Amino acid sequence: MADAAIDPPRREGPALRASPTEEPSWFRRSLIAVVVGLLGIALFAPLATVFAEALKNGLAAAISSLGDRDLLAAVRLTLITAAIAVPLTAIFGLAAAWAIAKFDFRGKAFLITLIDLPFSVSPVVAGLCLVLLYGANSAFGAWLIAHGVQVVFAVPAIVLATMFVTFPFVAREVIPVMQEQGRSEEEAALTLGASGWRTFLTVTLPNVRWALLYGVLLCNARAMGEFGAVAVVSGKIRGQTATMPLMIEMLYNEYLSVAAFTMAALLALLALVTLTLKSALEWRYADQLAASRRH
Amino acid sequence: MHIEIEDLAKEFGLTTALHPVSLAIPSGALVALLGPSGSGKTTLLRILGGLERPDQGRVRFDGQDATNLSVQQRRAGFVFQHYALFKHMTVFENIAYGLRARPRRERPTAAEIDRRVNKLLALIQLPDIARRYPAQLSGGQRQRVALARALAIEPRMLLLDEPFGALDARVRKELRTGLREIHDQTGLTTVFVTHDQDEAMELADLVVVMSMGRIEQIGAPEAIRARPATRFVREFLAA
Ligand SMILES: Nc1ncnc2c1ncn2[C@@H]1O[C@H](COP(=O)(O)OP(=O)(O)OP(=O)(O)O)[C@@H](O)[C@H]1O
Ligand SMILES: [Mg+2]
Repeated sequence: MADAAIDPPRREGPALRASPTEEPSWFRRSLIAVVVGLLGIALFAPLATVFAEALKNGLAAAISSLGDRDLLAAVRLTLITAAIAVPLTAIFGLAAAWAIAKFDFRGKAFLITLIDLPFSVSPVVAGLCLVLLYGANSAFGAWLIAHGVQVVFAVPAIVLATMFVTFPFVAREVIPVMQEQGRSEEEAALTLGASGWRTFLTVTLPNVRWALLYGVLLCNARAMGEFGAVAVVSGKIRGQTATMPLMIEMLYNEYLSVAAFTMAALLALLALVTLTLKSALEWRYADQLAASRRH
Repeated sequence: MHIEIEDLAKEFGLTTALHPVSLAIPSGALVALLGPSGSGKTTLLRILGGLERPDQGRVRFDGQDATNLSVQQRRAGFVFQHYALFKHMTVFENIAYGLRARPRRERPTAAEIDRRVNKLLALIQLPDIARRYPAQLSGGQRQRVALARALAIEPRMLLLDEPFGALDARVRKELRTGLREIHDQTGLTTVFVTHDQDEAMELADLVVVMSMGRIEQIGAPEAIRARPATRFVREFLAA
């Protein structure tokens, strides 16, 4: 998170080194140069290329390539998936963080490991597990299908797979903040007569709102971009279960590069919107952020 | 309100924080729980406030069993060691919190809340800080805001955990007098925790000396000074 309020007032005088703890300026400059260079090679250049490729035949060609029904369906599916998966992961993440940070119980260490599981398990493996569990070959899956609930190769499995891979994001962001804050503000609210729920809404939640926002934004970016797990469970049916990342891969394999890159640019744009939103909020509430950090 | 404590005990896993302790606090008294670190003072205070459940024993408020009352039902004004002010709320909102948290039927009108908060700000002699955030206050000011916030709920008793612990000597002296005055004005039964014997002796009507989860002696400051009941009390006072 950005650190506002670290700019110390410069003193007048002959000393050019602003502070005795600061590194020499050649060191700072070369460090910054290295970082910017790496970012350029690894991040900006590929992103720029995506947009350049998408617009190779002009904006009109790019837009008309999106007119395809299957492509629109992919965009819609990705947005729907994120709209379902992100709130659910946010709620689960908050609940898990709350339990871990504020209470002592047996199996806590195990729960923490469990939350991290999606980080260490390959998304493809996760997808396969879902197929095994909910697919027609398992008793549970067969029972679901008999009752008219199609999970695998349909939206539910896509949402489940997305939730699996995005589960740690909110919890991981929120847990350290909650732990640092301890219980005393909440206890104060209780002694003042507030119910547990009111305490959560008026004290706990506002105290973690920035971490929560971060977690949700990261989670959203990942939810829209997830490929591996979704590829396994969705069956990649065009116009039905193909999300944007899956569609991009299929178009690319078919040498439909303008369409593929337009789609890719659109996906990147969605992520950029998320980032912009975050920066805008940070800028808008800079003083609040700084105030909550002092103390 | 007078408080009776009967055979209260509390363990945390393997540590015994309180061996069975009994204590009667007369209505309107200003009581100090005095003892070295780890002697169980905070644990006893938190049990009184309903923040901790005793393993055994009873608590009675005005003769009525209060052992199973929830923290909200106890209506104890609690001042935490590091004040626990709500960082994201202004001083005004902090003090108004308890009034706004009341069920709708009992909640004062906005104008009434305004009036009461301002009255409390006057009582703690900080009339001009309503719009500030806790981060913009000095330690002593925070302490007084925490006190005002606890008083706002019209508590039945006042419980303070090391209320002057984190402050420098001069401010401590000032705030001691402040607490005494507020106690005398409101007449609230008040229990505060301290490990500073001067503070306990100077401020309290009744001092409860604790060590290792036990009450060593209960008495008026002069009585304890004149006749320490145990070797521990004698050595603790001599230190
Ligand atoms: N939540 C807890 N979990 C485990 N042990 C605890 C807990 N709270 C208190 N204890 C233990 O109980 C004992 C009494 O603690 P307590 O906080 O009541 O002491 P205290 O007299 O307030 O000390 P201090 O002056 O340092 O605040 C200590 O040994 C402490 O380690
Ligand atoms: Mg203590």
